[in-house]
Amino acid sequence: MAKGRVTFRTERCKACELCVRFCPQQILSLNKTMINPLGYHPIAVVREEACNGCGICALMCPDLVITVERE
Amino acid sequence: MKVVAQRPESLTDAPFHYCPGCTHGIIHRLVAECLDELNLREQAIGICPVGCAVLAYDYFNCDMLEAAHGRAPAIATGIKRLLPDRLVFTYQGDGDLASIGMGEIVHASGRGENITVIFVNNAIYGMTGGQMAPTTLLGQVTTTSPYGRTAEQAGYPLKMAELLAQNQGAAYICRTAVNNPANVMRTKKAIKKAFQTQMQAKGFSMVEILSTCPTNWGLSPLEALEWLEKNMIPYYPLGEFKVS
Repeated sequence: MAKGRVTFRTERCKACELCVRFCPQQILSLNKTMINPLGYHPIAVVREEACNGCGICALMCPDLVITVERE
Repeated sequence: MKVVAQRPESLTDAPFHYCPGCTHGIIHRLVAECLDELNLREQAIGICPVGCAVLAYDYFNCDMLEAAHGRAPAIATGIKRLLPDRLVFTYQGDGDLASIGMGEIVHASGRGENITVIFVNNAIYGMTGGQMAPTTLLGQVTTTSPYGRTAEQAGYPLKMAELLAQNQGAAYICRTAVNNPANVMRTKKAIKKAFQTQMQAKGFSMVEILSTCPTNWGLSPLEALEWLEKNMIPYYPLGEFKVS
């Protein structure tokens, strides 16, 4: 069971990848199979079970795409 | 599970119009989180600049006003003198504050006006298409310095935090950056301290925040963070220049 959970408003993601760069668990990646209404490949979680809910992705996101929950 | 990071109440639900990776979004959120945490949203009055942040009145969920280019400190002065119990802050870029608004900012700090200035320094004019700003670094290529800025032609970049810290009226002057999580947390602390300085009626406070402009620097968002760290921080040292 993962300690944390991240959810995204993918329609607002601009694919800048700041969250990908700074995630200490390296569990974020752009979803290359999707294109959002802004025309970008939005952010997605690759390994959900590894999220520890530290919140660094949300701290670095310039577009407030990410909500973080922790146990 | 409890929510540990979400949209602060002091921001509206409007999506930001900024370019991908522009750190204006991070700074907006930090200002809003500070307003929430200090419980000042109902008391806050913000002044928008001319520049990329011109539409910030759509994003902040508190009273907002729009100023003519560079004149935000003058408007903030008037509001604060009429409504001294409010939290009055301006949100300005480097083209707005350090160029056309130089007179206003220097005299507002000299008079010790009890206002807070959030100064976003990205070393370029963003909204108008990447022209040279007073804060553009030597050698930096912009649309109006295509071979790089030279000291012979355009002089040296202005260090606003150091400049304003000399004024006796300035109570809190600090420079931070938003290039990594640790610096983002430091920036939030500095903004909070600046707001508290104002609420304690100590005088003028300013937080200069080194920010990126990936679009006009011609870099990817991640390369821009690296460029900021390698080029801007050595010239614009981080830290508190005046605390009282």
